[in-house]
Amino acid sequence: MAEFKHKHIIALRDLSKADIELLISTAESMREVNSRDIKKVPTLRGKTIINLFYEASTRTRTSFEIAGKRLSADTVNIAPSNSSATKGETLADTALNLLAMKPDIIVMRHAVSGSHYHLAKKVSCSIINAGDGAHEHPSQGLLDLLTMKERFGRLDGLKVAIVGDITHSRVARSNIQGLTKMGSSVFLAGPPTMMPPGVEKLGDVTVCANMKEAIQDADVVMMLRIQQERQGKTLMPNTREYSRYFGLNPENVKLAKPNAMLMHPGPINRGVEMSSQVVDGDQSWILKQVENGVAVRMSMLYHVCGGELE
Amino acid sequence: MTAEQTVLMDAAGVKRALTRIAHEILERNKGVADVVLIGIRSGGVFLAAGIAQQISVIEGGAVSVGAVDITLYRDDISGQLPHQAVGKTDIPFSLEGKKVILVDDVLFTGRTIRAAMDALMDHGRPQCIQLAVLIDRGHRELPIRADYVGRNVPTSLKENVRVVFDVNNQPIEVVLEK
Repeated sequence: MAEFKHKHIIALRDLSKADIELLISTAESMREVNSRDIKKVPTLRGKTIINLFYEASTRTRTSFEIAGKRLSADTVNIAPSNSSATKGETLADTALNLLAMKPDIIVMRHAVSGSHYHLAKKVSCSIINAGDGAHEHPSQGLLDLLTMKERFGRLDGLKVAIVGDITHSRVARSNIQGLTKMGSSVFLAGPPTMMPPGVEKLGDVTVCANMKEAIQDADVVMMLRIQQERQGKTLMPNTREYSRYFGLNPENVKLAKPNAMLMHPGPINRGVEMSSQVVDGDQSWILKQVENGVAVRMSMLYHVCGGELE
Repeated sequence: MTAEQTVLMDAAGVKRALTRIAHEILERNKGVADVVLIGIRSGGVFLAAGIAQQISVIEGGAVSVGAVDITLYRDDISGQLPHQAVGKTDIPFSLEGKKVILVDDVLFTGRTIRAAMDALMDHGRPQCIQLAVLIDRGHRELPIRADYVGRNVPTSLKENVRVVFDVNNQPIEVVLEK
């Protein structure tokens, strides 16, 4: 019987293929709970989950909150605008103060890559990464894998194109880690200024010269958001030019396999990385991704709450 | 296998027990109207299919069969052990007003049955729940008893009773391990 032996989930890089398979399999069962009239099970009764979000988030925070509530845990949200961080408290001090209230899990989003590893050393509860800087976003990576598995019944042997600002994308990093472990081939495309050097060393990853090459015969095309908050003006001349070279539209989508699935982690800049026709078209799985996000986060919360045997 | 094994029931014995249980279910409920079978993962699901097959042989009509996974309803979930994978609950019909026959392979402490009943209640309000088990080995820790029993087997707490299934999920035998 497969068992999950990690106390924290900080990066898909830290998980084995078997761990990822277990998280996805449990998430598939959690989908059944979400489809009922009574969308609640008593599993995490009496557990307290703190959602600590130092960066803006609607989808991920709400999704984690719903996931916790459907498992009967008590969830509390803390946002930077009303937390002590604005008064100068350090992350470690905030964590120790929260810990004094005896949470079982802290779900954190933070702008600094790797801050969760720092936090995990300071606290006794479980830590789940809801996004750290340009490092990883494991729940997004897992929900993307779950959605692809739902469509194809497998992950092995898929050709997945990821297009956009790879350098700043924690979604891309988590997907690269997850997909390569599960046996998919990843093809990346984006402006050279947004392509991190050495990314092909992460596994079965090919850096393509242009978008056409990446999406040619792809089973999945994943478009990334242009993160205007994270980059200076120097990386691209303007969004119109970006859209011409790296935007997905009804014309270039034909290069991918017929009925290829189109994904986007949201929030979407309509008309920049994806035209409205493809966002709202038949091949779009974007809302399914959001739906699967709740099931995946239920699976993550459930498994980190188990005992550890590391 | 280091444990000492005794075969309590062979494949034919299991089949006879399921046939008798099928007859008893029909007698008690006066037919199959509103009767549904729900097996507890994993052994109970295979036995529920076996009982459903016998019922269709006897009555001619098909009876709905579902599966319930109790992992999310366990009472020992806060323990120190790593959490197991969660199996799928598959009840593609409403339980509202139905006579639910809950099926498990071995009845022991009764805790699994308590969890399964809580899970079923989250799917609607059945008219009643009846319990069918292949083996009742005693040692109840909750006030639960079976309505239909394949065989009562007195055991000690050190022993283990296992229903063995083949690759096609057909019961092969019931063994007592010491």
